[in-house]
Amino acid sequence: MSGAFPAPYGGHVPVLKLGDVLLVTLQGDLHDSTAEQLQQDISQAVADHAVSGVVLDISGVEIVDSFLGRVLAEIAAKAGLLAARTVLAGMRPAVAITLVELGLTLPGLRTALNTEDAMRLLGVEVPRSIPGAAPGSPRPGRTRQESP
Amino acid sequence: MQTAGGVSACLPIHSDMDLVWVRQHVRQAAAQLGFGLVEQTKLVTAASELARNTLVHGGGGQMECAPVQGRSPGLRLTFSDEGPGIADLDQALSDGFTSGGGLGLGLGGARRLVHEFAIDSRPGAGTSVMVTVWKSGPPRPREER
Repeated sequence: MSGAFPAPYGGHVPVLKLGDVLLVTLQGDLHDSTAEQLQQDISQAVADHAVSGVVLDISGVEIVDSFLGRVLAEIAAKAGLLAARTVLAGMRPAVAITLVELGLTLPGLRTALNTEDAMRLLGVEVPRSIPGAAPGSPRPGRTRQESP
Repeated sequence: MQTAGGVSACLPIHSDMDLVWVRQHVRQAAAQLGFGLVEQTKLVTAASELARNTLVHGGGGQMECAPVQGRSPGLRLTFSDEGPGIADLDQALSDGFTSGGGLGLGLGGARRLVHEFAIDSRPGAGTSVMVTVWKSGPPRPREER
């Protein structure tokens, strides 16, 4: 069902398969070489597993400069050629403000406020409440509340 | 007046690992001077663009980081290299112009993210870019005695 690809060296970003979707969580300060390796890893994983979607979670990324922005756009473009849709999830407000002033608005890249919304955008059923969690706990996000 | 220990530094830029150090140092320095989160993010992003220019186009160089005091505290970053230099500065500063296979947003984009931007470059004589960012917001109330 889900599995991680082996991490051959430090700074490797794991690409997780969740059903029909790849979940990639970027964290902290990425080296340029790590970001370039990630592009290849994702393209390979999309082709190998024939997934229909890729979620790039960047909620743990403090800055996106034009290099990383280009990498994200290229990941989406390559996944698109391999018949998978990409959603960029969890961008921090400060990063969004900076990207626009930098002149990088990443047109054509779908976004969501968090990973859950991104999964729903890709047609994955995500349960509203986590089993065992307190019901009705406030969840961040902007999708409409569905009645049970 | 708090001291600026840990803000002043001169960092080498010779690999993409050094870009990480530059970003981390600039973020720490900006945080130490009391910059807000958005200000920090803009400054670190600008530093990342300029440091990458130094590495990719200038063949490596260094960044000097120093606090400055104007009407509010500020941070000045100077990126210098001894690379081939820039023949046409206006062209290099315009969006979309690229010589290195990037998006062409580096110089022009970095200029939009800072308050002061100065560039000095001649073909064959290297490039030096100096940017300054002032801490914004209302000045802290301070009792003068």
